Amino acid sequence: MSMRRAAVVGAGMTKFVRRALETPKELSWHAAKLALESCGLTLADVDAVCIGSAPDAFDGVHMKGEYLADGSGAWGKPVMRSFVGGGTGVFLGPQGWYHVASGLFDVVLIVAEEKMSSYYPHAQAAFLTIFDHTTERPLEPNLLWIFALEMNRYMQTYGISKRDIAQVAVKNKRNAADHPAAMLGEANITVEDVLSSEVLAWPVQRLDVSPVSDGAVAIVMASEDAAKRITDKPVWVQGVGWNLDTAYWTNRDLAYPEYVERAARMAYEMAGVREPRKEIHIVEPYDPFDYKECHHLEGLLLADRGRAPELVADGVTLRTGTMPSCPSGGLLGVGNPITAAGLMKIAELFWQLRGEAGARQVPGTPERGLAQAWGGLMQVGTVTILGTERPA
Amino acid sequence: MTSRVAVVGVGWTGFRPVSPEASYKELMYEAATRAYADAGINPRADVDSFVTVAEDFHEGTSIFDEYVPDQLGAAQRPMHTITGDGLHGLAAAVMQVLTGRFRIVVVEGHSKASNILTLPEITAYAMDPVLNRPLNAHPIAVAALEADRYLHETGTTRAHCAAVVAKNRRNALGNPAAAYGAEVGVEQVLGAEAVASPLSRLEISDHADGAIVMVLADAEAARRLSPHPVWIHGVGWANDSPTLESRSWGRAVYAERAAAMAYRMAGIDDPAAAIHFAEVDDTYAFKELQHLEALGLCGRGQAGPMTADGATGPRGRLPVNVSGGSLGGGHLLDAAGLARALEVVLQLRGQAGPRQLRGVTTGVAQSWRGVPTTSGAVAVLSSAPNGRVP
Repeated sequence: MSMRRAAVVGAGMTKFVRRALETPKELSWHAAKLALESCGLTLADVDAVCIGSAPDAFDGVHMKGEYLADGSGAWGKPVMRSFVGGGTGVFLGPQGWYHVASGLFDVVLIVAEEKMSSYYPHAQAAFLTIFDHTTERPLEPNLLWIFALEMNRYMQTYGISKRDIAQVAVKNKRNAADHPAAMLGEANITVEDVLSSEVLAWPVQRLDVSPVSDGAVAIVMASEDAAKRITDKPVWVQGVGWNLDTAYWTNRDLAYPEYVERAARMAYEMAGVREPRKEIHIVEPYDPFDYKECHHLEGLLLADRGRAPELVADGVTLRTGTMPSCPSGGLLGVGNPITAAGLMKIAELFWQLRGEAGARQVPGTPERGLAQAWGGLMQVGTVTILGTERPA
Repeated sequence: MTSRVAVVGVGWTGFRPVSPEASYKELMYEAATRAYADAGINPRADVDSFVTVAEDFHEGTSIFDEYVPDQLGAAQRPMHTITGDGLHGLAAAVMQVLTGRFRIVVVEGHSKASNILTLPEITAYAMDPVLNRPLNAHPIAVAALEADRYLHETGTTRAHCAAVVAKNRRNALGNPAAAYGAEVGVEQVLGAEAVASPLSRLEISDHADGAIVMVLADAEAARRLSPHPVWIHGVGWANDSPTLESRSWGRAVYAERAAAMAYRMAGIDDPAAAIHFAEVDDTYAFKELQHLEALGLCGRGQAGPMTADGATGPRGRLPVNVSGGSLGGGHLLDAAGLARALEVVLQLRGQAGPRQLRGVTTGVAQSWRGVPTTSGAVAVLSSAPNGRVP
């Protein structure tokens, strides 16, 4: 049976900011409206809605998907909210895809919203309740600490220095200087700035980490027939993959994200990608921390284990390099309203592959891009591959 | 067109008012083990994708999705959460099978309601934080307002609602999984303490603990795995406005729209003729009546009199909630809709024991996510594989 194809036909996003004055519903609607307007549609054209939003604890709203429904354009429509922690933003690719590819819907509006500033005084505290209530929560672990553990393990295993990793933060924050919706774009930032920033939990320093942010992103996905009616330049969903590892993260070797590799292999197989390093032209790996971009490039099989920092040092991952990574500016530069940041990566591929990324445009004619996110207790991998060529 | 997705395995544990002997993980494991044995599959090798339904605040854990793979045999596999009712999860699984890239998909839903010490306060956190929460309304007061409007618009009486309670609690006596089976008279329901007028204590379902797992398969795998596949002819889901100020108070618009979608997919034009029995949401007694009407199984305002006349009893012309529903079985939070679907599956397989209905081939399961939501889902299931339901 041949598969029903799906394409992204529109995208929009709000500015990512530290503290939005809009309610979560309003943020959702701003992004949804921009996405619909970008492809000349109205709510009347939308058959179903997919929502992504990270923990209810951020907004302090129980059943947040229900609360966000009307703001996301779902009044009177079928709507579902998916949730795989930080991986949710890119999981909206697979979720939207299966809505369309099932044959049940032709036009699906996909909205990701996050308002972390509602959590007072700091959204980090919302993460205190992600740990196992019996074995871990009594230790009062902080999210930054466990990533510091992972970063340490990654550096230790492969002999990587802080300076190697800091280059990722520099690249992404510089890239973000060209993004009109970015929160932390800085054209002149240097490695020294990163290395001299405040230490949060060694080896993590302030500029190694993405910021707490508010924002929303939306895309429109359509079936082949609908996509061709809507636009001359559909960007096809060529592959999707997702994977969830065990909750017992303390038993995992944190040096390598196997769950990302499994998600990537699932997506590559669907997309018919055999040599990812040649066939993926732009990559938007998840970069809530600078070391994570390297970690994920390796999990995605786009770099040898422990060698991603060399690609960064050699300029391979610059916008002008042979494998541009986070040309948007990523979470480190554009900001990190969790699920919205993930969906921003898919939106960036959409703009890049249509040649509509403005000052951020990757040179040449990129034909295929990959977005990836990660979440949970260092255990979720989600992957979406988009391309200009219609899938077989 | 013949049906392309079937339920080939079910497993459950519970339903009990409390379950101090088991954690939510153990409840899930028990239900999953039974479902996999029922389907004759090995989850580590045979399942292509897993879906679970859960809400963080019900679980007391943020990003609860983290804690679901191990006990389902889903670690390092494609797995995701839908923060919806079990029937939303079922629909997500159906969509995945329909893409043609997933052969076997598992759906899980559970309730550990007894762990929640302050459920009404948790539910109140679902109210709009800006416009409604400052009013400090108890969630059941919202349900009571809906009940009032429904009774007013349709002429349904409180005695009709009480008849639902009597029927469902009696039905539950025939269901070994039900937590709250009892002989309760209409007068007893009407005379019970008013929680929020017009709802009396006995018109509000109590919670139960339990877990339900279902194994779904495409047509080819279904025929191979199961001697009695139950075909999913249609799924539908929809929301009305979540905002109190703009919703329909007397009608279950979410159920009307979800049913229209499911019937369209199933090719059903006349649901009252095509559907032989129904398992519908009865979180509050009036909801069963409102939902039956929204599903098009009777006219507006007719569900109450039908219930009082026994037409929705186990020997009536449209048996409703033979399982006991949530009033008799216990409300399973996010798994409530899966409990409705479970009963439909057991009835269609002829495995419902003393409450087995005779001659039924097509049933409907319907869910509602409770106050203050306007979110519902519907699934049409049949023992007949071929497309259009007569």
